[in-house]
Amino acid sequence: MTSPTNVTRENDAITTGFPVAGKPRFESIEAVRQGLASVDYLADEGIAGVVYLADRLAKPVLVEGPAGTGKTELAKSVARLTGSRLIRLQCYEGLDESKALYEWNYKKQLLRIQAGADQAWQELEEDIFSEEFLLARPLLEAIRSPDPVVLLIDEVDRVELETEALLLEILSEYQVSIPELGTVRATQIPLVFLTSNNTRELSEALKRRCLYLHIDYPQLDRERAIIETRVPGISEALADQVARIVRSLRTLELKKLPSVSETLDWARTLVVLGVESIDAERASETLNILLKYQSDINRAAKELAGVELTD
Amino acid sequence: MLDLLTGFVAELRAAGIPVSLTEHLDAAEAMRHVPLEDREGLKYALGASLVKSSTHWRAYDTTFEIYFSLRGPEYQIAENELEEDGEQTDESDAANLAGHGTGKGRGRGGGGGGQEGMSPEELAELLYKALLGANDSMIAAVARHAVARYAGMEPGRPVGGTYYLYRTLRNLDLDRILDRLLDDARVASTSPTAKDPGAGPEADTGGQVTFTALEERLLRDEFQSRIDQLRHEIENEIRRRLVADRGSEALAKSLRKPLPEDVDVMHATRDEMVLLKKALQPLSRKLAVRLARKRRHGRKGPLDFRSTVRHSLSTGGVPLEPKFRYPRPAKPEIVVIADISGSVASFARFTLHLVHAISSQFSKVRSFVFIDGIDEVSRFFENVDDPADAVHRINTEADVIWVDGHSDYGHALTVFWERWGEEITPRTSVLLLGDARNNYHASQAWVVKELQDRARRVYWLNPEPRAYWNSGDSIVGEYGVHCDSVIECRTLRQLEQFVGELA
Repeated sequence: MTSPTNVTRENDAITTGFPVAGKPRFESIEAVRQGLASVDYLADEGIAGVVYLADRLAKPVLVEGPAGTGKTELAKSVARLTGSRLIRLQCYEGLDESKALYEWNYKKQLLRIQAGADQAWQELEEDIFSEEFLLARPLLEAIRSPDPVVLLIDEVDRVELETEALLLEILSEYQVSIPELGTVRATQIPLVFLTSNNTRELSEALKRRCLYLHIDYPQLDRERAIIETRVPGISEALADQVARIVRSLRTLELKKLPSVSETLDWARTLVVLGVESIDAERASETLNILLKYQSDINRAAKELAGVELTD
Repeated sequence: MLDLLTGFVAELRAAGIPVSLTEHLDAAEAMRHVPLEDREGLKYALGASLVKSSTHWRAYDTTFEIYFSLRGPEYQIAENELEEDGEQTDESDAANLAGHGTGKGRGRGGGGGGQEGMSPEELAELLYKALLGANDSMIAAVARHAVARYAGMEPGRPVGGTYYLYRTLRNLDLDRILDRLLDDARVASTSPTAKDPGAGPEADTGGQVTFTALEERLLRDEFQSRIDQLRHEIENEIRRRLVADRGSEALAKSLRKPLPEDVDVMHATRDEMVLLKKALQPLSRKLAVRLARKRRHGRKGPLDFRSTVRHSLSTGGVPLEPKFRYPRPAKPEIVVIADISGSVASFARFTLHLVHAISSQFSKVRSFVFIDGIDEVSRFFENVDDPADAVHRINTEADVIWVDGHSDYGHALTVFWERWGEEITPRTSVLLLGDARNNYHASQAWVVKELQDRARRVYWLNPEPRAYWNSGDSIVGEYGVHCDSVIECRTLRQLEQFVGELA
């Protein structure tokens, strides 16, 4: 097994067809983890490993997991860590080419045609389909940008199956083909993150082009560490208690389990309220921050107070 | 190295995980960037490029652990490290705990030698201390030791790992240890040197054994998670020994776990059932989304002239974008009649759950359940956000026992026809669920024939394998002749496919 640095990257691209990665952003998996920790994102082995690989292989990352476990936050943190600009495409049903990739500025083109009514059509046509009349939408913007960019395609499962196809070219080749203009190639390879809440199965074509990362609820230790870094002024004992109670709640059968972001909100509330240590009463009073369904809240309050403790 | 990867990919495919050629290439590329001595790193790197669904991760994990099991000399099963660990802790821990020595029914397994000095009581004691102190390396050591002692593994014996796991756990008696940990934590809390600062109760407990319910709960969870860790270690150890005995290729074959959507519902183990329930929720949600999309985007309706003109205003009256009306196809009406007697209950529950989760795709859904009596349960699903709640209520509240609580399809169907038969219309699709094991009662198959005459379609879903149909007291054939189709429906995947086509 040769070490990866011995082989030139251009050769890789020719022989394997992989896109040419730029200068690697990270030294090692450990470097990624420490870097992310320095911007207050505590990554576990899996997260750091996949981010590192994404950079080395120049491949997009598809991040899945329950809501509120830090999928979007990961992209933001990586952007902050690498000092890149974050370009975000929020997906929704009905998203189309003109909102995601590019659009011709009709109104401006109409004006131009009216202004040059006496010009020859040939000339005019060339003119109105030039960069000046092109409105770059997030995807095009991301690959045209000369500065380093992190592209975040948020909640990709919300677009229709057919719309996914829009993404395929940019994800595998880092280029956009515009019929009137030609192909726009990326000047630098952006780090791409796609997030999905798993409301539907994504197409094989999309999955194949991505590295896959599943972010689940964190283990107790990691969650405690996250609370300690993200909630200023929290005592160690309180953070520990919060993490334990949340873990306990996650073992219940609830409609919506408390997410990390809700845990953080709860911890912040407790700090603001000046709570030193949580008892069942305190917990029940503030549960509405952690849980979002009345039936869940009732259930959890009962469990925490020990009404149904007998198993 | 590449050969190894190719073998691994083949193994994954054999386990049912779809791996494409490009993903294989990616994995090969990924391997060059990850230091090979970092086993966890390699696992995540390969996983990221090969496995693209979180439900497949468990299968991947097992395959990886077996295929790349630790084989180097430094992972030789060390027999003496436990003794060292034990001595260290013996010094620090008070000896009075030894008095508690929990006696256990035990049959000494014929495990590997080398630990003759340890009596079962000592081992239990060590285990207890390891769990109390949350000492990871010690938990691992105890797990190793316990497997050696209790699992009774014999070389070359063709038994699955679960058998050994069961033997080991039975001898360790973890429930009892959990209780003891809790008891001792209560005692320890009265003294200032509580072992577990995080879960330790406040000072105002009044010196007595007064854990509040919350603290008790948190403590229990803490110990439970440590015990789960132990169980995990034991599984690993058993697997390691099995690999050493039989070689990884042979083992991978015998330990291959089916993906949740391929598990046979009728014969699922309790663990698999939990996984199935977990898988059902996203499955039904996805199905609902997919069907809603299909309905809306399947085809375009006629041109919507008004909307087109309205939208052309922004382009100076030039209608650049034609707008279309959405089509509104008729929705079918569904009647589900499900057998919920013991043998097929779980299958019926899944089907009811799934059908009601996508009830917006039908103009009306009515459900009936029976054993030997029949009862309508549609009301349970009204105004409930989560079908799982309703399904739970069916189990407890539906009135389905007529005489003895053994399936009687004939009687149930007759009653159905008398009371609700009038309401079946040519727009109704009828789903009959059950194994048609009628306990040799009269079949009354004429009801199904009448249903077929009146309804749009009649389907029979049978959760039994086709080979068992019409054997013993199964009379699915008698009903089947009157149905539009009889479908073998054993796994969630098959069920989802059927329901998807129905809508």
